[in-house]
Amino acid sequence: MIDAWILSVLCLTVLMAFAAIRLVLGPTAPDRVIALDTVNTLVIASMILLGVVFGQIIFVDVAIVYGLLSFVSTLYIAKYIGGEL
Amino acid sequence: MTAVEILIYACLAIGVVFNTLGVIGLLRFPDLYTRMHATTKATTFGSIFTSLAVIVYGFFMFFSQNDSQFLILAIHAFLAAACLAFTNAVSAHAIARAAHRSGIMPMPAVIDRLAEAKL
Repeated sequence: MIDAWILSVLCLTVLMAFAAIRLVLGPTAPDRVIALDTVNTLVIASMILLGVVFGQIIFVDVAIVYGLLSFVSTLYIAKYIGGEL
Repeated sequence: MTAVEILIYACLAIGVVFNTLGVIGLLRFPDLYTRMHATTKATTFGSIFTSLAVIVYGFFMFFSQNDSQFLILAIHAFLAAACLAFTNAVSAHAIARAAHRSGIMPMPAVIDRLAEAKL
């Protein structure tokens, strides 16, 4: 039963590495921002799964706080790119 | 293998497959807006399904073992999935608006009705 959770977390980690390729290559700044947003979403999803793997609920709470903080930072970067800051 | 385990495996598989499709779209699409179309929708859908697997696991363990720790796990996973769904949609809208304001156009675009409307 535990093996499927760890396998899913490994798949999401590999996907984070592939999203980081676009983070490095991306021709414009908004490309890099959406790559970073994808990495953030994958980190939240894998943290929720890690809460089951290690049997600790604190991972899920950390995932909630991480998601809200990354949302604020993404909005701030978007304001900066749009020239409204 | 019980029916609940099959349900959990199916949710995990759907989530990982949709996350994979989103990242492939991020790498392969030619344009900022099409990349955002791939990543935002597919990644949010996949992450909701991996969270749904945790919710199903938590409720199943709560009703089989009668331990309130698993109920807390399920409720917190639901909260995290709800935060994820709302914040991803809003941040994708903000990035698209900022990209249009900074002058990035879709790849074969000729006419820009949004700039003509002067919003």
